[in-house]
Amino acid sequence: MPLNIRTYHELTDPDRSGLGEQIATQRRRLAARLAAVGRVIVVMSGKGGVGKSFVTAHLARALARAGRAVGVLDADLNGPTVAGLLEAGTARLVVGEDAVLPATGSDGVRLVSMAQLLADGQPLAFKGPPAESFVWRGAAEAGAIRELLADVAWGPLDVLLLDLPPGMQRFLELCDLLPAPPAVLTVTIPTPESRDAVRRALRAATERRSPLLGVVENMVDGPFAGTAGADLAVEFGVPVLARIPWHPTPDTWAVLAGRLG
Amino acid sequence: MKFLCVECDRQMTFEERQLPGDGTLAAAFRCPKCGRAVALLTNPMETQLVSSLGVKIGGATVPAEPLETIRGMVATGREDAFTEPVGRSDGRTVGLSWSAEAQDRLARVPGFVRGMVKKIYADYAKERGIDEITPAVMDAARSELGLEEM
Repeated sequence: MPLNIRTYHELTDPDRSGLGEQIATQRRRLAARLAAVGRVIVVMSGKGGVGKSFVTAHLARALARAGRAVGVLDADLNGPTVAGLLEAGTARLVVGEDAVLPATGSDGVRLVSMAQLLADGQPLAFKGPPAESFVWRGAAEAGAIRELLADVAWGPLDVLLLDLPPGMQRFLELCDLLPAPPAVLTVTIPTPESRDAVRRALRAATERRSPLLGVVENMVDGPFAGTAGADLAVEFGVPVLARIPWHPTPDTWAVLAGRLG
Repeated sequence: MKFLCVECDRQMTFEERQLPGDGTLAAAFRCPKCGRAVALLTNPMETQLVSSLGVKIGGATVPAEPLETIRGMVATGREDAFTEPVGRSDGRTVGLSWSAEAQDRLARVPGFVRGMVKKIYADYAKERGIDEITPAVMDAARSELGLEEM
């Protein structure tokens, strides 16, 4: 004879733990922190090694030189490099009352990165039971990203650039965390292999209704042959915002910054 | 998360949370009608999963500190990743830093009092809007605060 057990929703007294409400509070805190941010742009690719961090850093600097208030969140927790490119890799973070102040990098770009938090040369490792760490590590990384967005006093920004690691996982986490799907700036190199990987990323972004800003084709006029930038632009109806040569000049980045508006 | 006393058909109320320090968690609930208490015991993996979400079983009693999850869970973090704010006379807020010489000198303080001594110097500097602690600042603090042995 089965027990007659009422369901969760049939129990009407408050849930003291209120885990759902705690999560909702986290979301509200994040939304409030980003309320003064004009645009959140993720710099992503489905492919590693195409120069996302390089593009992020130089784009941020160009925007800052053009008079914009720019922040960069290095969302590549396991391979953070953009902080070094912005010459703030070892900057210490100042702890305020309810938020941490971002470091200031090249050209006044505000920046937070796991590179600033990790001991030299150490991988990102979490305290906790090592067995079955795959169960909770993803949640821990998503929690870290949430805190880097919500617990940093970004202040009024025209643009917050998020430098993503290769793959789609971080983008999907951000879509769940942010109040609205972030705008996407896609980086590729010219090769067909890169095109195919980036295509998957762009499709995921489209499915999440993220605005597609355009494609940056990096490392052109070098050893990588192909037309990935143009192909993706046609396929997704977006512009090729820049074709970055092997040795870009400040003007290269200024043009890209200008096209982003 | 809710607990039901099936015999009484009453929702149990949260009593207390305990963290025994071995990675596990205990949360006790009691039936308001019959008084029976039950405990939810989570293993280290389950406890970690909850911690990773930045939530607390039984409810959060105090607001979260900035970067609480990162500061509490990252095992390979820099010791000096964070610093305290100093309000300078020009109105800017900057981070308190220690010169290499001051760090050397602090390192010679016996470990069991080093944290306390560091805080004394940091508080002295912050109160005066000093954003870098140098041996000269330490000397001034020792003299003014009567800490000649530190």
